[in-house]
Amino acid sequence: MSVDSETVRKIARLARIAVTDDEVPGLTEQLNGILGWIEQLGEVDTSGVAPMASVMPSGIGGQLRWRADAVTDGGIQDKVLANAPDAASGFFAVPKVIE
Amino acid sequence: MTSLTDLTLAEMKAGLAARMFSAVELAQAHLDAMAANRHLNAYIVETPELALAQARAVDDGRRSGPLAGIPLGIKDLFAVEGVQTTAGSAMLKGFVPRYESGVTANLLRDGAVFLGKLNMDEFAMGSSNETSAFGKVISPWKARGSDAELVPGGSSGGSAAAVAARLCAGATGTDTGGSIRQPAAFVGIAGIKPTYGRASRWGTIAFASSLDQAGPMARTVADCAHLLTSMCGFDDRDSTSLDLPVPDYAAGLTGTMRGRRVGIPAEYRLDGMDPEIAALWDAGIAWLRSEGAEIVSVSLPHTRYALPTYYIVAPAEASSNLARYDGVRYGNRVTPPGGNVHDMYAATRAAGFGKEVKRRIMIGTYVLSAGYYDAYYTQAQKVRALIARDFELAFERCDVLLTPTAPSPAFAFGAKADPIAMYLNDVFTVPASLAGLPAMSVPAGLSATGLPLGLQIIGRPLDEMGVLDAGLAIERAAGFTARP
Repeated sequence: MSVDSETVRKIARLARIAVTDDEVPGLTEQLNGILGWIEQLGEVDTSGVAPMASVMPSGIGGQLRWRADAVTDGGIQDKVLANAPDAASGFFAVPKVIE
Repeated sequence: MTSLTDLTLAEMKAGLAARMFSAVELAQAHLDAMAANRHLNAYIVETPELALAQARAVDDGRRSGPLAGIPLGIKDLFAVEGVQTTAGSAMLKGFVPRYESGVTANLLRDGAVFLGKLNMDEFAMGSSNETSAFGKVISPWKARGSDAELVPGGSSGGSAAAVAARLCAGATGTDTGGSIRQPAAFVGIAGIKPTYGRASRWGTIAFASSLDQAGPMARTVADCAHLLTSMCGFDDRDSTSLDLPVPDYAAGLTGTMRGRRVGIPAEYRLDGMDPEIAALWDAGIAWLRSEGAEIVSVSLPHTRYALPTYYIVAPAEASSNLARYDGVRYGNRVTPPGGNVHDMYAATRAAGFGKEVKRRIMIGTYVLSAGYYDAYYTQAQKVRALIARDFELAFERCDVLLTPTAPSPAFAFGAKADPIAMYLNDVFTVPASLAGLPAMSVPAGLSATGLPLGLQIIGRPLDEMGVLDAGLAIERAAGFTARP
């Protein structure tokens, strides 16, 4: 499978990364190089193999834990907002969403 | 007396305990060395005030612990409260965490002194440190008879350069596909990645969550053992953290190989392997045999599929993890004139991410997109299961595996301009990452050009002790004393 420039623009849109017209040919070539290389995985017979779901087997502590559905944190609004590019009245501020 | 910065971490511990020098003197000696070596660009931020205050508290008896007064460098992937943390990205320039990562909190609990934040490939995506938004890190090593600057490896390249150049006693690194082991090999130091889940991922900026593991980098195996004991441990804020006791690795370290079986994976002997690397590997086999180990030939049949598997799984997870950088809650924001919120997302991410990061996000976005998910991502997770199974079967016949760490010594800047050529550098380190296994690199010799080469030991899940013991045996036999 190889990608064309239209697909590259679509991927960039999905990834929310602005690309210029000048960048598209180079990106297309690079992505095709990498995709062509990873394509070799298709030749591995994986019939009957379950995809890995957890890195560590459950026998050695890899099972996911449960915890009480309870609030464990909070009351740190100032810390949460401290690194915001734009914070106003205790909220994150963004450009207008609805006209 | 040798310079304080030349001591091993274990010697610093002993010297501090015997009051041969103070923690402040030790910290100051490192801060001076850092100031004299800024051309290496190993540190993004130096924190002299913090380091001296922490050291003073050790000298006053207000701080104590197994690492009391030990000066460390911290990879810029770990959030340190009140200190800029960027992951080597322009996206996070100026980001100052209001919390402490699980790993650095453990080190602080044990009395460590933090000298600063170490440079790295952007978001840990790279094997040469050329992708950092803060400039490349330069290795303190040079090839014999050449003045060309060399890469320190990556992504923990700042950590590697700083430890090798004596700009810290030890450093934190992180390893997703080899980012501790490959740079350690390139600069002639030791580094270990523990079993997936041993070290908390909480507060460590995420790259590929099912692969990311923190670990120490230091000049000796014993020093790595001291740091590993402190860094590891259960953290309920990380859903994959292992709730298991952590041994005192330094206390348990013996280096004994008698009765141990060492597996040599046939598939790692690649066609066209550098003869120097092959010879070093053979030397390592001979060393462990003469230490009493039994050498066993094993097979890891899916080895050749590890890199393509990694380059689906890691970008897929990265594309999801890095979706959080949208210019809203932290980091860089770019709003085009008259642009709406969607234009802001796209412009922010276009300006904040470097080329390699964008490339991986786009690959990840593609392999997870509708219609391609099964062919790429599901197939990769199946092959990953086969790779893990290969290791399980091999470990029925041996206790540890011995392999080279990297296919070559350190290379020059710009030598691997093609992304795939760069990715191939991790051919020996990626398989253990995919299987979540503990693995370490130990300096074992020099190339004909006088550059360090490392050997890798891979162990069973949770057998960091066995990995460190084999590492110590190699370290003793190799007698590696070269320095930059």
